[in-house]
Amino acid sequence: MEELARQYLNWELIRQSLPGIARAFATNLSVMVAAELCVLAWALVLALLRGLPGRAGVPLRWLAIAYIDFFRALPALVVIFLVGFGLPQTGLPLFRGLSLYQLAVLALTLVYGAYVAEVYRAGIESVHASQVAAARSLGLSRAKTMRFVVLPQAVRRVIPPLLNDFIGLQKDTALIGVLGVVEGFRQAQIVAGQRFNASPYVGLALCFLVITLPLTRITDYLIARGQRRTVGGRA
Amino acid sequence: MSALLELDSVSKRFGEAWVLRGVDLAVGEHEVVCLIGPSGSGKSTLLRCVNALEPIDAGDIRISGRSIIGSRTDVDRLRRDVGIVFQSFNLFPHMSVLRNVTLAPREALGLSKREATDRARPLLERIGLWEKRDEYPDRLSGGQQQRVAIVRALAMRPKLMLLDEITSALDPELIAEVLDMVRQLAAEGMTMLLATHEMSFARDVANRICFIDQGRILEQGAPGQIFTAPRHDRTARFLERVIAAGRL
Repeated sequence: MEELARQYLNWELIRQSLPGIARAFATNLSVMVAAELCVLAWALVLALLRGLPGRAGVPLRWLAIAYIDFFRALPALVVIFLVGFGLPQTGLPLFRGLSLYQLAVLALTLVYGAYVAEVYRAGIESVHASQVAAARSLGLSRAKTMRFVVLPQAVRRVIPPLLNDFIGLQKDTALIGVLGVVEGFRQAQIVAGQRFNASPYVGLALCFLVITLPLTRITDYLIARGQRRTVGGRA
Repeated sequence: MSALLELDSVSKRFGEAWVLRGVDLAVGEHEVVCLIGPSGSGKSTLLRCVNALEPIDAGDIRISGRSIIGSRTDVDRLRRDVGIVFQSFNLFPHMSVLRNVTLAPREALGLSKREATDRARPLLERIGLWEKRDEYPDRLSGGQQQRVAIVRALAMRPKLMLLDEITSALDPELIAEVLDMVRQLAAEGMTMLLATHEMSFARDVANRICFIDQGRILEQGAPGQIFTAPRHDRTARFLERVIAAGRL
């Protein structure tokens, strides 16, 4: 018991290392927020492309499906290496100016965009066809029906799975240290390695929990508030 | 006189099953035409075809003389002239009553918020729901929801209203308020094509009754004739069953 406590709960070490870890963790937070915003937009584009109607939509629909399959099948770590080490080496002007930070955001966006696109799609498909019929019958175009009637209902319904993916995204920000970005995990690793003690990781875990737990509570609150309007109405 | 709505041998199938088999029908301006017939006879499908919610497989549908069939047709434009009300209301659950009514005038007709509200207000006042304009649909009774759905369609100022068994999902005590509203519309000269199981209502409100069976209009005529002296056996048998069920 004492050995465990010494290895994981060395309060002295946690107190010493926490300020540095928390500072580095700010990078995780900033990558998380930037990647989440990019993911929300990119995934929506993918989901809408995937849902394009008719024969004219076939090429884009297929591209979107291929993209989603591909990036869901790859480990995030592999994509981070591919993007973070590979793209700058290409020397292409588009990528030459990107910082490690931006490459990290790009890699996470590519991966999580695929997951979140599927979440959006599930939400879009869960909106009953009669809602579309009602909107179209009023003379709304397909695009406006999507924007005003389908998406608002779809997004409310998928808040819990969206949050799940974002918690996953948040946790995967610990992977970007492999690129040389100093983030919370890298910082904890440095201290833990110097002292042969895992307590800095506990400090880092606390940092993650401080963000994740309130996020979960906020979402539950939003779901409860939104319930009435989404489930309450007739399909 | 050219009719507001004309159907020429309209046929429609779902897979192998033909649900409409050569329907001919004309509805003149200010006319109220009721479609009656057994469940699955094609009444709802017919209405959905008129609004281009379902493509047809043969025949032609014209509104004010213009065909709505073919890829050249601007269906969004067409639908501004044709309102439809569904059995299951289909109000937008995430929007207030007022927003439900003003959405299409604003987004399809390009009215400003003010103009759309000015248009919605008398309509909602008329059904006594202006006070509830900020409520969400699930706070309303079924009868209120259905009346909002009618108002939502009316806000587009359609030339033709299609009503698809709009009282079938309502509790009996709520049916009257919805039917009264349709009676008023008829009295004001709104052209309507409606599918209904409410036979006594159909007899009151309709200028003409069409009996549909197995995707065909078997017979049509004035309510007095159809309900008292149907020409066709199947019409007679259908009406007997309706009377036995206490619905006439």
